[in-house]
Amino acid sequence: MVPLHWYLWLGSVVFAIGMFGFLTKRNVIIMLLSIELMLNGVNISLVALSHYMQDLRGQILVFFIIVVAAAEAAIGLAIVIALFRNKATAHVDEITGMKG
Amino acid sequence: MMKLFELLIQPGSFDILLDILVVVLKIAVVIAVVMLHVAYATYFERKVIGHMQVRMGPREVGPHGLLQPVADMLKLFFKEDIIPARADKPVFYLAPVISLMAALSSLAVIPFFDGFVIADINIGLLFILAVSSLGSYGIVLSGWASNSKYSFLGGLRSMAQVISYEVAMGLSLVGVMIMAGSLNLTEIVRAQASYPAGMFAVPQVLGFFVFIVAAIAETNRAPFDLPEAESELVAGYFVEYSGMRFALFYAAEYIGMIVMGALAVTCFLGGWTVPGFVTAVLPFLEHVPGVVWFIGKLYFIIFFYYWIRATLPRYRYDQLMNIGWKILIPLALVNILITGIAKVIL
Amino acid sequence: MVELFFGYLAGAVVVLSLLVVFSRNAVHSVLWMLLMFLHMAGLYLLLNAEFLAATQVIVYAGAILVLFLFVIMLLNITEEMRLEQFTVGWPMGVSVSLGVLIAMLAALSGFRTDLKGPWSIEAVERTTHTKALGKVLYTEYMLPFEIASLVLLVAIVGAVYLAKKRLR
Repeated sequence: MVPLHWYLWLGSVVFAIGMFGFLTKRNVIIMLLSIELMLNGVNISLVALSHYMQDLRGQILVFFIIVVAAAEAAIGLAIVIALFRNKATAHVDEITGMKG
Repeated sequence: MMKLFELLIQPGSFDILLDILVVVLKIAVVIAVVMLHVAYATYFERKVIGHMQVRMGPREVGPHGLLQPVADMLKLFFKEDIIPARADKPVFYLAPVISLMAALSSLAVIPFFDGFVIADINIGLLFILAVSSLGSYGIVLSGWASNSKYSFLGGLRSMAQVISYEVAMGLSLVGVMIMAGSLNLTEIVRAQASYPAGMFAVPQVLGFFVFIVAAIAETNRAPFDLPEAESELVAGYFVEYSGMRFALFYAAEYIGMIVMGALAVTCFLGGWTVPGFVTAVLPFLEHVPGVVWFIGKLYFIIFFYYWIRATLPRYRYDQLMNIGWKILIPLALVNILITGIAKVIL
Repeated sequence: MVELFFGYLAGAVVVLSLLVVFSRNAVHSVLWMLLMFLHMAGLYLLLNAEFLAATQVIVYAGAILVLFLFVIMLLNITEEMRLEQFTVGWPMGVSVSLGVLIAMLAALSGFRTDLKGPWSIEAVERTTHTKALGKVLYTEYMLPFEIASLVLLVAIVGAVYLAKKRLR
């Protein structure tokens, strides 16, 4: 039997990797991918907790996280496309001006 | 390693090994049979379309051209495997394999006859939807990795098409899920056998229609074969492929067709069973084995694909999107609504 | 045996997440992510959450990642690969994420798992995972479910508005 803590460690490691990617990558699209990584780290912890505590609420939360992730990806990528049209760049450190 | 060895010599582990052996044997049988059917589906297609166009179809190799698939296969095996100089090599190698694997792994959950299914899982229908959604990666990656405008355009088109029609296909299957009350394909077939009409195609006419159209679009067949439209995109996403890898794409397309046909048979046409009112009139039909019914229904659907291909011209891209989003998805939603209300009232 | 599976899947998930962040080619990043999602689905299967595993593959791999792939193809990958891939502030990012990781790992030992809910493994298996989830989702979580659909609707409208060409 795998102890619960292994899953929680795994979840936190994946979350930290995603956080690292979000904070350091220049490419906006990879930053969005890193957000998905962070959400997945949370998901695995939630499913593990729900399994070991014999309650389905954690898995319901995972559902809503997946919904929000889908919405976030759609909006985020639409913003990237709009950005690309105006600035022709996908690098965060080149987007410095305001009032487009 | 020691632990694994100890695990193997425990009492009871022999049964596990036996189970694994049985599953591997089943997989081998299914893949062998399906590959054979794929080879002859190409022959069948050429013959059917040939006769519909008042030609003879292949006749040279063997009697009535029966060895034509073998000749094609040998030719494709010995062709040179050309890789474009500026291609992304690992992705280029991987793309046809992804296509083929996505098509083949769907076969794992399809019940071919009573009790014969490789993996009898509770979420069989969802598994098929999940795996078939991976198939689009093979197409778009091959288009991108070959670094050619035609294949890239074909890949993009195909991705948009497959994603749009997948929504319609998933929604059209919801009616079946509601009626059967299960996602397990074996249970769905059983539910149909106990239904008066013997198949869900009767109460789910709308769903069946949407499913068939979406399935044709999912497998990139005519009249929805825009990704590989030979007259405008040369051959779409696999222009740069040759030899063995081209054959993999070809096999994936036909396996995808067989999987979609098998899904239509299990979800809408009653799988391996015969409708009760037919056996009441002709009782001797009960002794026909289920697998014969399954394959018969499957070949009917595949023949229907060929029939459509020989009849209809290709749609334009905007027409394709209109059909997907403005006709099929609303129809599927109406179907869900009707089925849900009927389920609540009855 | 389960430990063996867990070890493989967890190791693969960690390695693949690192590859997602560190690979220079954005398309390769997406492909590593795809593999990561599949392994994640494997972990859900280990936790008896079969419906979630299927949802993970359908939604994440079949829809979200394809969307990413679509947008990445706008980029000029060959030029992108020659450029610096991290911002100048990367040491800060490393230290912050490491700090968060250490804090989370330290906090984990405080978890109490002695409270048990009504859905034991046997209960879930008896009703099948899909039905059990449906029961909880459509009774206890009806309102959040409706709100989620509203979120999706807003996302669709917003995405279409943002991405469409300005009509002049």
